[in-house]
Amino acid sequence: MRSPLQASTLHESTRRELLLGSGVLFTWAFVPRLARAEGRDPRFLTIVLRGALDGLAAVAPVGDPDWIKLRGDNALRLDGKTPGLPLDGFFALNPAMPNVHRLYQDGHATIVHAAATPYRERSHFDGQDVLESGLGKPGAVDTGWLNRALAGLEPSQDAIARGRRVFAVGPVTPLVVRGSAPVLSWTPPRLPPVTEETTMRLLDLYRHTDPTLARVLEDRLGLAAIAKAGGIADKPNDNAPGIQGGGIEQVRAYFAEAAGTAAKFLATAEGPRIGALAFDGWDTHVNEGAVNGRLAALLGALDGAIAAIKTNMGEAWGETVVALITEFGRTAHVNGNEGTDHGTGTVALLAGGALKGGRVIADWPGLKEADLYERRDLKATTDLRTVLKGVLKDHLRADDRALAADVFPGSDAAAPMAGLLA
Amino acid sequence: MALDPRGAALALHRFGFGPKAGSTTGSIAAVASDPMGAILADLDAPNAGLITDANLQNSGAENRAVFEDNAERLAKDKLERKRKEMAQAMATSGGESAMEQMAPDKKGDAPPNPAPPKPVPLPRQIFLDEARARIGTAVNCEIGFVERLVWFWSNHFCVSFDSTVMAGAYEREAIRPYVLGRFADMLLAAESHPAMLLYLDNAQSIGPNSVAGINRDRGLNENLAREILELHTLGVRTVYTQADVTNFAKVITGWTILPTVDNPDHGGEFVFNKRLHEPSPQTLIGKTYPDTGVEQGRAVLADLARHPATARHVATKLARHFIADDPPPAVVERLTQRFLDTDGDLKEVAKTLVSAPESWAPEQVKVKRPGEWLAAARRAAGRRRPNIEGMTRQQALLGEPLWRPPAPKGFSDDNAAWYDGLTLRLESANAFAQVVAPDVEPKEVVDVALGPLATEETRLAVARAESKTQALTLLVMAPEFQRR
Repeated sequence: MRSPLQASTLHESTRRELLLGSGVLFTWAFVPRLARAEGRDPRFLTIVLRGALDGLAAVAPVGDPDWIKLRGDNALRLDGKTPGLPLDGFFALNPAMPNVHRLYQDGHATIVHAAATPYRERSHFDGQDVLESGLGKPGAVDTGWLNRALAGLEPSQDAIARGRRVFAVGPVTPLVVRGSAPVLSWTPPRLPPVTEETTMRLLDLYRHTDPTLARVLEDRLGLAAIAKAGGIADKPNDNAPGIQGGGIEQVRAYFAEAAGTAAKFLATAEGPRIGALAFDGWDTHVNEGAVNGRLAALLGALDGAIAAIKTNMGEAWGETVVALITEFGRTAHVNGNEGTDHGTGTVALLAGGALKGGRVIADWPGLKEADLYERRDLKATTDLRTVLKGVLKDHLRADDRALAADVFPGSDAAAPMAGLLA
Repeated sequence: MALDPRGAALALHRFGFGPKAGSTTGSIAAVASDPMGAILADLDAPNAGLITDANLQNSGAENRAVFEDNAERLAKDKLERKRKEMAQAMATSGGESAMEQMAPDKKGDAPPNPAPPKPVPLPRQIFLDEARARIGTAVNCEIGFVERLVWFWSNHFCVSFDSTVMAGAYEREAIRPYVLGRFADMLLAAESHPAMLLYLDNAQSIGPNSVAGINRDRGLNENLAREILELHTLGVRTVYTQADVTNFAKVITGWTILPTVDNPDHGGEFVFNKRLHEPSPQTLIGKTYPDTGVEQGRAVLADLARHPATARHVATKLARHFIADDPPPAVVERLTQRFLDTDGDLKEVAKTLVSAPESWAPEQVKVKRPGEWLAAARRAAGRRRPNIEGMTRQQALLGEPLWRPPAPKGFSDDNAAWYDGLTLRLESANAFAQVVAPDVEPKEVVDVALGPLATEETRLAVARAESKTQALTLLVMAPEFQRR
């Protein structure tokens, strides 16, 4: 187990810790030798969406006869006021993501639906642990699958010098890239803002335990007036949508800057080739707002981040794969607060010019009560590891045996998915 | 003895800097058998209150180093300007010899690297070194009751870095050695310290009838005298009048510092300069003090230190800091009495404070000041070597810039003053959580930092957080962690 004490000795803060430090992009400066030998120079970026993205809200099964029944007014549809963007006739993309839709049409985006890691409980921390460690159960190791994958790759000769070049240092490394392979990090000058979700949860906590602090926070958020006007001051769980605290513009700017800068580094001739970053804020228990509320705004920010990656990759976009993954999905049904609770199956999104895209890959489990996992969640029919192994194998030329033994131990049954790359 | 983990957690937050991860002395479990005893024992630790950092110089040396540094840079700039002027003159006249004469070392200059990294200015470096010693102590000390007392007294007798680079050393020299000693000694050390004499202008106060006063036609500055009476000892609107202020100002004329410009070895140190001193007896609060030079001021300070109004003033402030904005009168009374009975023995007063039942009310009322809160968060997460630039910047953003009080009164000890910064604290908590999250398990941090103080709601909020970052943010923002 990692104790706070041990951790502190391993990761001393740097002088950029507080105002600047958040350590979002982590890169490794090796170019895989085998890929290089083929005359390729592949780029791979992993974006971890922490908080559990509602896959059904991001990519809706509009062709499923049980879909509208399931989500009601919250269901994204092709004929709604804010119509979804059609993908393959059965699925539609959230309208907040026009850039991803364009990429999809150009064959540069692939959606994998009803996917999940092997984790079947519903704790964020443990779920993220499994997602990033690549192991079958939480808390088992201190290294991530991406780092272990890199450790198994042979760097090309000309990359050795490059590997020593540190272009920035930050103290925080997400688990997915932790490990023995050398990690460089860059910290964006802008801090990830406090998410709206965090602010609302704190306010909820204060309302239950400290009325004075609750009032102060409400005042500061300009919420008091809204709550009063809406007559919701006494209903702590019924949060007003559209609070002014978190600031979606800040989130947009942060997502675009972090992802865009990652792309700039990856695109540079002498730069790193592999990176990872994380975006928080997807835990939408209350007023999810999938079509034009909070989640839509977040998906829009993510769409902007992907657009920034494509722009800044320039020529290198053709050799790029970006994988967007989340720890698990959310309940199929909407809960009592117009939100969704922790679930199982969700989407994984791949984007990049190296893909054979324009496809939704799904062994669709259906949405009838009996089709749902434990009668509540979208069932996971695709092991997320097969997708990641497929990309690592075909894009970076990771070795099959290493993938099964070291990168995703115990994943023999989940063979690398073939045919993802162009 | 029965274990009292709740009392232990309360004690560590209320009297210390919060529970410390990985500590065998400053943890809830370590203190649970006897919370009050543990806080009292902190007063008996060897070298309690002192900082022994070999790299820190004394205030005079710091002052002289900055003076020399400024002087050297000034000379360099001047020389550079002269050379440029010469070069220009040469360009117009075509001559060369003038340039050669002016350049003392022509071969060595013109470095090829265009922009060498800017060195940290010396005053800033001194600030950071002093801050590192102070914050490092708060983050790493076991319980920190004595350190909290240091912060309290330093704020009571505050000075500002904006007035003097010696503000950090001042705390080490005038506050720390006396924090468990006699109030009278701390009072004398503080009021005669160069940093205080500069901050409150006494260094340039001149007795009107002193030799210098007559010759130079300059005069009295009442600032320090007034603040000693109003803020440091008796308290505002107590027993003194404007005449007392003026007379006291006259008493301490001559309390100044050696000019740094012509004292390479002792510049910036305290000196009693008889030439500036008002040469007459002065009457203060009904007592006449003969002119005994520097002893005249010492005699006044000694009397002020044992005045009942001073005892009450200090007792009220202590109780307000540790117990409540409006502390129970009974405890103020007991602290006052103890102060008077022991001739201002601050260790005895501190013991009385800790032993008072009022100090153990289960409700966490007081909002932690920004510096305390920042330190507590790092202790909770096991960050032993905090980032000093970051922390001092955060502390300033949150309204409590280290050693830069807004006024001689120091930073406020009322809750209302700190509520305003709540959303800024949230930003700060979020930033901190981003950095620390990968290294900790939030549930463990709840147990370490709050233990039985954690409400069910806080535990749930942390457990259900969407990320470790969010969990830690909520944890350090929780009322049980914000208040003490």
